[in-house]
Amino acid sequence: MLAYTIRRVLISIPVLIGSTILVFIMVKLSGDPLESIKLRNPPPPPQTIRLEEHRLGLDQSWPVQYWDWLKGLVLHGDFGAAVAPSDNIGAEIGSHLWVTMRLVFFSVLIALILAIITGVLSAVKQYSVLDYTTTFFGFLFLSMPVFWFAVLLKSWGIWYNQNVHADTFYTIGDKSVVLANDTTWGHISDVAGHMILPTIVLGLAGYAGWTRFTRASMLEVLNSDHVRLARAKGLRSRKVLVRHALRNALIPLTTVTALDIAALLGGAILTETVFQWQGMGSLFIKSLQAKDAHLMMGWLLVSATIVIVFNLIADLLYGILDPRIRHA
Amino acid sequence: MTEPTTKAAPSAGTPLATDPATGRVEREFTVKDRSQFQQTMRRFLRHKLAVGSLIVFVLLVLFAFVGPHLWKYQYTTITPDNSVAPSLKHPFGTDNLGHDMFAQVLRGLQQSIKVALSIALIATVGGTLWGTISGYYRGFVDNALMRFADLVLTIPSLALAAALANNFGGTWWIIAVILGGLSAPYVGRVVRGMVLSIREREYVEAARALGASDIRIMLRHLVPNAFAVVVVNATLLVASGILAETSLSFLGFGVRPPDTSLGVLITLGQGAVNTRPWLFYFPGLFIILVALTVNFLGDGLRDALDPQQTRQRR
Repeated sequence: MLAYTIRRVLISIPVLIGSTILVFIMVKLSGDPLESIKLRNPPPPPQTIRLEEHRLGLDQSWPVQYWDWLKGLVLHGDFGAAVAPSDNIGAEIGSHLWVTMRLVFFSVLIALILAIITGVLSAVKQYSVLDYTTTFFGFLFLSMPVFWFAVLLKSWGIWYNQNVHADTFYTIGDKSVVLANDTTWGHISDVAGHMILPTIVLGLAGYAGWTRFTRASMLEVLNSDHVRLARAKGLRSRKVLVRHALRNALIPLTTVTALDIAALLGGAILTETVFQWQGMGSLFIKSLQAKDAHLMMGWLLVSATIVIVFNLIADLLYGILDPRIRHA
Repeated sequence: MTEPTTKAAPSAGTPLATDPATGRVEREFTVKDRSQFQQTMRRFLRHKLAVGSLIVFVLLVLFAFVGPHLWKYQYTTITPDNSVAPSLKHPFGTDNLGHDMFAQVLRGLQQSIKVALSIALIATVGGTLWGTISGYYRGFVDNALMRFADLVLTIPSLALAAALANNFGGTWWIIAVILGGLSAPYVGRVVRGMVLSIREREYVEAARALGASDIRIMLRHLVPNAFAVVVVNATLLVASGILAETSLSFLGFGVRPPDTSLGVLITLGQGAVNTRPWLFYFPGLFIILVALTVNFLGDGLRDALDPQQTRQRR
């Protein structure tokens, strides 16, 4: 297992380096950070533009810019200069990342639990009412735009609040600005309250694909020879299901979940925009509006790193769950 | 088509005579022979939900592309009725400026379908090429192409698309090229997997022994045999395409006003969900309708074209 772990970690390193290059090129294609200054009326003196270009490193060639950016990042943890001189990109990403990661984490957790339960049940009771119902809802959530569902849930929350004359659901922001109950517990319940609706939105977006996948994978295993053998030798059906079928059916789900993390981060941008969270979503939109190249590069690199780390974890889990993989 | 024979035969299934007209061999117990296309069609037509979805999808496309010519208002027309609820005159109501929502939804649906179909086309053609070359040549080419695909897949495509669209503008075909290009690596990976197994088959070896060029082998043998998987993926890409386009437009980086798409309409209507719900619900329902029918269609096509993948179904 140790050799396998080391091998997987080493494979991730070139991927990470590759993604720094890709991120750099893509951001270079996404526009000129000084556009807004150049278009200012009256036009600023050329001296100002040259100084700004020098501060952001734009007076260098692309390879030099890339090298300086990478050097700053690796040696000093410095994400580069922001367009607004007072901003510190690293600190900004850090504080926004925390908000987004807790949303993604709880969404994935809820979606996986729900997907496994309904997926397994609908495979075991194939063509039952339950199967058709979950299949229908799976397809529905698969076809529903995340942002539309988010706006819908938000409006239901507001409607409910108005009818019961109380703030049962929080529909704006990731936490309250002024907190009445200023204790640790008060903070936790406040944050949790704000999380309920966005987590449902993002969770159902992930759930849709995963429950279909669990069902298909479970059906395949249930029709396989080793499950038939387990039944034939007289094992209790519960044991066949849990020990022989479920364990094998869940292995591919780890990979699929990890691959979907990138899409979920995209979904998080939409969900956070609707609920006006101060997370990675709003940060990215800010970077696009300001055409802040370093902020954009930092953002894309951080999300690429998250996806790579999730894939690494899935690989390692795969190795634990399926011994054939780690000995290959 | 051979006629069912009534002649008595010496033993089951032995050739009786050759029909001089068609050159076909008559056999006892002759079944009506079916081409692969006919078999696929039969399997597909048995799938009621998929057939129904196909009909609804075709109607939606007609509605989006023919409808604007028949409807009395253009999507740019400003009528004197501001913020009226759905009525006979305005089936989907109007917005606060007096735009007829029915005309707006028609235009939005048209733009969104146009982009979604283009995304599917670009990603399918690009991805099939990518995957075929990668799987056929293997070695260094394969490694380079697939590692690049992995890299693209590590970055949230919505973010990447927003960054690129922010600079290159909001024309519908630019959006389609960006989103299609970002989906191509996904198709490429799937096609490569198919090609890797097809290229080892005997008929490919035979073609190579007969002196077929690489291009001929790829176009005549590899691509047609990976076709089933490609078609199913292309269909599902239309569904993810319309969701991607509307998401991008919702954030303000896709199709931009004064032009419109279903995503733009939802952005404009999201503040009025509780007061003027028609501004928000109609565009959303059409997105769901398109994505849902396409998803059902893709599911039916998978059963029809690729029966091995759905072992549980007869």
